[in-house]
Amino acid sequence: MSYTGRFKVWRGDAGGGELQDFEVEVNEGEVVLDIIHRLQATQAHDLAVRWNCKAGKCGSCSAEINGRPRLMCMTRMSVFDESETVTVTPMRTFPVVRDLVTDVSFNYTKAREIPSFVPPPRLGPGEYRMQQEDVERSQEFRKCIECFLCQNVCHVVRDHEENKTAFAGPRFLMRMAELDMHPLDAAEETGLDRKTTAQDEHGLGYCNITKCCTEVCPEHIKITDNALIPLKERAADRKYDPLVWLGSVIRRRGAID
Amino acid sequence: MTQVERHSYDVVVVGAGGAGLRAAIEARSQGMRTAVICKSLFGKAHTVMAEGGIAASMGNVNENDNWQVHFRDTMRGGKFLNQWRMAELHAKEAPDRVWELETWGALFDRTKDGKISQRNFGGHEYPRLAHVGDRTGLELIRTLQQKIVSLQQEDKKEFGDYEARIKVFQECTVTRVLKEDGRVAGIFGYVRESGRFFVIEAPSVVLATGGIGKSFKVTSNSWEYTGDGHALALLAGAPLINMEFVQFHPTGMVWPPSVKGILVTESVRGDGGVLRNSDGKRFMFDYIPDVFKEKYAQDEAEADGWYTAPDTHRRPPELLPRDEVARAINAEVKAGRGSPHGGVFLDVSTRLPAEEIKRRLPSMHHQFKELADVDITAEPMEVGPTCHYVMGGVDVDPDTAAATGVLGLFAAGEVAGGMHGSNRLGGNSLSDLLVFGRRAGLHAATYAADLGGSRPRIAEEQIDNAAAEALRPFSAEDTGTVGGRAENPYALHQELQQTMNDLVGIIRRAGEMEEALRRLADLRVRSRAAGVEGHRQFNPGWHLAIDLRNMLLVSECVARAALERTESRGGHTRDDYPEMDRQWRKSNLVCELADYRGGPAGQDPAMGQIKLTRSDMPPIRADLLALFEKDELLKYLTDEELSA
Repeated sequence: MSYTGRFKVWRGDAGGGELQDFEVEVNEGEVVLDIIHRLQATQAHDLAVRWNCKAGKCGSCSAEINGRPRLMCMTRMSVFDESETVTVTPMRTFPVVRDLVTDVSFNYTKAREIPSFVPPPRLGPGEYRMQQEDVERSQEFRKCIECFLCQNVCHVVRDHEENKTAFAGPRFLMRMAELDMHPLDAAEETGLDRKTTAQDEHGLGYCNITKCCTEVCPEHIKITDNALIPLKERAADRKYDPLVWLGSVIRRRGAID
Repeated sequence: MTQVERHSYDVVVVGAGGAGLRAAIEARSQGMRTAVICKSLFGKAHTVMAEGGIAASMGNVNENDNWQVHFRDTMRGGKFLNQWRMAELHAKEAPDRVWELETWGALFDRTKDGKISQRNFGGHEYPRLAHVGDRTGLELIRTLQQKIVSLQQEDKKEFGDYEARIKVFQECTVTRVLKEDGRVAGIFGYVRESGRFFVIEAPSVVLATGGIGKSFKVTSNSWEYTGDGHALALLAGAPLINMEFVQFHPTGMVWPPSVKGILVTESVRGDGGVLRNSDGKRFMFDYIPDVFKEKYAQDEAEADGWYTAPDTHRRPPELLPRDEVARAINAEVKAGRGSPHGGVFLDVSTRLPAEEIKRRLPSMHHQFKELADVDITAEPMEVGPTCHYVMGGVDVDPDTAAATGVLGLFAAGEVAGGMHGSNRLGGNSLSDLLVFGRRAGLHAATYAADLGGSRPRIAEEQIDNAAAEALRPFSAEDTGTVGGRAENPYALHQELQQTMNDLVGIIRRAGEMEEALRRLADLRVRSRAAGVEGHRQFNPGWHLAIDLRNMLLVSECVARAALERTESRGGHTRDDYPEMDRQWRKSNLVCELADYRGGPAGQDPAMGQIKLTRSDMPPIRADLLALFEKDELLKYLTDEELSA
């Protein structure tokens, strides 16, 4: 059942690095992360890798395996041919720290810029009433394990460092959709329109729905169809709604007078 | 003098799981400048692995539920060894802690009338667990994480700086709590990414580091669970209690080998799943212990009736507390009635329609399909016990979460002892995190505020010692005792895990535990020569070499206490003392460092490092005892205790 697998693992740091060749034992049922751990224990004690749960629940062990963004703990070795060389490289969109570990602080910066949930002012703890079918839409997005593979694969930032300031990325645009669809979020009462904010301040317009994010999501969240497209539609409704348009024109006229 | 980065805060929280984040939110809300330190990235803590739910007697599904019933269940689950005041506070405050999460944006599954839905779980009399499918821990972590972000946004508005009053130091490890004259003065740690050392001066430190499962081979715990907080407390002079009680969750995956130990949620059984042996028999009916005889169904018809008519049927024995189920599975496998890969069968496929299974247990469906090629809607899972949780931990004051013996040190969550007695009920962990996380944060804040200007100062010598200790693995070849050769930290870790698994595991014997203590002493000597190659920047080998100190300390606590307790109770089962002994009930075994003043170089590694003493718990308050029938109390308490 066991065989000797051939691996190429990127090793290096911010200053540069290269693919290193390894030959390592592979056993039945193993995942790529098992192999990386075996390399650590037997051939490269200081090989840097992030991981936690090893069950696809924490989103720590993101990397690119044969060029595809994936969780190492959920990539079975059985999907590869035994003679195939498996190449493991760090996520490309984020700066390398060391080996397979990247600096993902971009994502934490973006998380802070998304306006938080606004609790309904008239309801106290224990008084919230919501129907299951109404919470399910946002619940889908809250399955997100923040592996940042969608952020990594999104072409808006993958090869365009210059877009990073203006673009929150699929994970955090989805967070905005989640809050916008929350049955009791009271943002509007405070004058915050999440849809136009997504459009105007967090770069929703950069997204041209190629669905790369949905394809790599290990939680199978339909990021594009269920979060980004509806958010775009609602932002557009807002912008092109004739009544809203009329209202804004009248207000502007008033200002001139 | 060691050059280190220095910071100063009012409260430092070590750990960013449920307890740590809740403590930090509370300390910051009390106006304290708060630092949170975590080994992983923010939002990745082990709490995300919690699946089933948060136990709180909101009474949304069965209105007969209340804190008294929850308290009773908790004490029964822990076989009455629980610190009863903690169990009382926990049962009373859990509903408020859950409802509060909703005001921070959590989205739990709902009942038909729009309230938070609650599900059945082992040992809980009524449906009690608030949940989100089977990913409740993720919801909890994300909600607390997002609450911290919202507090930071407030600070940005007020002070122009997100981190003005609460800062998360992610991917940092604390190796020492620093003190002056018996009081906490701060912490010493390193940044994993760069390997740089840092010191935070702070009068209050909250330990919220979780458990110790990485000392065992088959475990549901991640690499982080190396007993750091347990060890930090010991090294600072604070005692641990109940360390002999380790929970083996009855259902971990057993196949393929690489996923052995990964958790299979108890919700599978709560939602109707049953356990069968290789003969196809539902064997749990044969394993109902006397203390629970009146509460559990005696045959399949009665058990199956309970799901739809719980008031007229007794509960299925698959929902006994975890220690009972784990022992039963162990016994079936030993008797030769196990599944092909050494577990038993857990079947939900014949119990619920496929769509319902996918809706209620989505992550289990996903996990088995992706990792084991098993479709749980069509075939049974193979499961077996896995090390999951440690009941033992820092001895704390039940109301304030203050650690015994060290002023300014607090502990909450899994790292604190007492709350769960000898066995924790499923669902009582997430509620524990919130209830005592909040209390620890509150009292850490009050303590820091009351100190005013008279805060302890950190002596430079302590920083030098901590730095020398942390750097030792890089010069191990010079000091190594094994022919001048450095030991491989990964190999040492594997030997430790094998030792604890084989000799201090689910069923224990005196001779084996004595052997374990001998092997631990040997590993301790060799661990002094654990060496690493490379440099300090994100070097997992170095990190592991440092963590070994903690795992060896807590493993010795477990082995010594387990050898001393000559009875079987909850998460401590003695083959040579199979009965529960009422005389032992009120006794806690207390572990302390034999010589906590000894510097890192001053200890003889071959000697045991732990001193064990026995202490009696305070008698259970009369009004709480009155919640039980006398007949039931007689099973647990001695005649003298009852007549007192």
